[in-house]
Amino acid sequence: MATETESHGDEAAHGGADAAHGGAEAVGMPQLDFATFPNQIFWLVVTLVVIYLILSRVALPRIAAVLAERQGAITNDIAAAEDLKLKAEEAEAAYNQALADARAEAQKIIAEAKAEMQAELDAATAKADAEIAAKAAESEKAIAEIRAGAMQSVEEVAKATAAEIVAAMGGKSDAKAIDAAIAAQLKG
Amino acid sequence: MEGDVVQMGAYIGAGLACTGMGGAAVGVGHVVGNFLSGALRNPSAAGGQTATMFIGIAFSEALGIFSFLVALLLMFAV
Amino acid sequence: MGTDDVATAEDEGGLVFHPMDQFIVKPLFGGDTVNWYTPTNVTLWMFFTVVAITLLLVAGTRGRAIVPSRVQSVAELAYGFVYKMVEDVSGKDGVKYFPYIMTLFMFIVFANMLGLIPMSFTTTSHIAVTAVMAMAVFLTVTILGFVLHGVGFLKLFWISSAPLPLRPILAVIEVISYFVRPVSHSIRLAGNMMAGHAVIKVFAAFAAVALISPLSILAITAIYALETLVSFIQAYVFAILTCVYLKDALHPHH
Repeated sequence: MATETESHGDEAAHGGADAAHGGAEAVGMPQLDFATFPNQIFWLVVTLVVIYLILSRVALPRIAAVLAERQGAITNDIAAAEDLKLKAEEAEAAYNQALADARAEAQKIIAEAKAEMQAELDAATAKADAEIAAKAAESEKAIAEIRAGAMQSVEEVAKATAAEIVAAMGGKSDAKAIDAAIAAQLKG
Repeated sequence: MEGDVVQMGAYIGAGLACTGMGGAAVGVGHVVGNFLSGALRNPSAAGGQTATMFIGIAFSEALGIFSFLVALLLMFAV
Repeated sequence: MGTDDVATAEDEGGLVFHPMDQFIVKPLFGGDTVNWYTPTNVTLWMFFTVVAITLLLVAGTRGRAIVPSRVQSVAELAYGFVYKMVEDVSGKDGVKYFPYIMTLFMFIVFANMLGLIPMSFTTTSHIAVTAVMAMAVFLTVTILGFVLHGVGFLKLFWISSAPLPLRPILAVIEVISYFVRPVSHSIRLAGNMMAGHAVIKVFAAFAAVALISPLSILAITAIYALETLVSFIQAYVFAILTCVYLKDALHPHH
């Protein structure tokens, strides 16, 4: 009981001190202590005006400028990239063109070489044919000569044989008659 | 004695006022839950409605704050 | 009923908690009276808010780098976030009010965050502060609506898409909800801040009891994380509601 009274006393003293200190403890909720309202409102208005001035004069234009600059840089970079892409495409087209040209050239060269070779081959064939024909003609001539030679030999042998036979039979060999007879036989 | 009764009433009233915050909790949960179920059905439209959800939360939460305020007023200002 | 009675009652219970003491406005340099010009802890923490905003948005962007540093990218993120919000919600012609909304948003978000520092003072937990901001928004929007549209601004309350017999009733409801706007706008922010900090303080008082102190420290950690989220969301909500009201003033036709 005594302690309780004491604590009451303490509290009273404490509360008194508080009341003397700020005057704010008159109401339980400091938010409803209307004595401090003008003070808060005044400082709030000062703060808000200061913040507004800082933001609208310095911070916001600067950030907006930075963002716009960045946007511009990005747009430029995109445009540059687009440009480079176009150039790359052009280069690719040129490369493809060159490739096609080279291919066509190669085809042409191949065709020419083929034609040349064909021509050479034809010429060689013709030459060979001519040679073969010439050789064949020569051979035929030789054969004809040989044949003619053979016929003559046959004639001479026949004449000699006929003269011998005539002589053996006791007749007188008449060269002229024998020749005529053999020619007639050979003509047959 | 009379002051004690007043004080007791004030405290009981403060406690009762706090039940209002449960209502606010239900309301906020309802808002967010419905937003979420709608958002999962149509996720592409959800992004644009987040602000609306926060406004809804703010409105339903304000009522809970009012009841809290009433409780505080009963405890400290009556 | 004053603090004395409450404190007494709580002292008898063995726990000492003064969850509301952190919101007391005190003069910085001693003295008893709080005049309108007295530098108080409100002044100090509002000054810190200004300093923090300046550090982020002015000093952070000093480099004006195309490839931003960390601080600069945070500043650009904040700028882009608020700008997109204004553009999306209020429309293209709302963009010229962007600096006002940016001012409100940056002030609230920094005041909330700085208020989470232990032993600090949360300026936005005071109804006086938030009420001034909400009233400023309300008056600006209302005056802007009448300046831009004249009497046509009243069409905001006359919902032409509703059936005719319902319109007067809806108009009454709309008018009431219009005038409740600054109240809910201000109390939402102040109440959220106050509630979070008071809850942290209550758990901090429980931490003095050895038996439950681990639990209460855990709870403080969780509530602190929640409060960090709430600090941001409340600033966002305040700004986006300002945008919504601004849209009503710019385009009152439903």
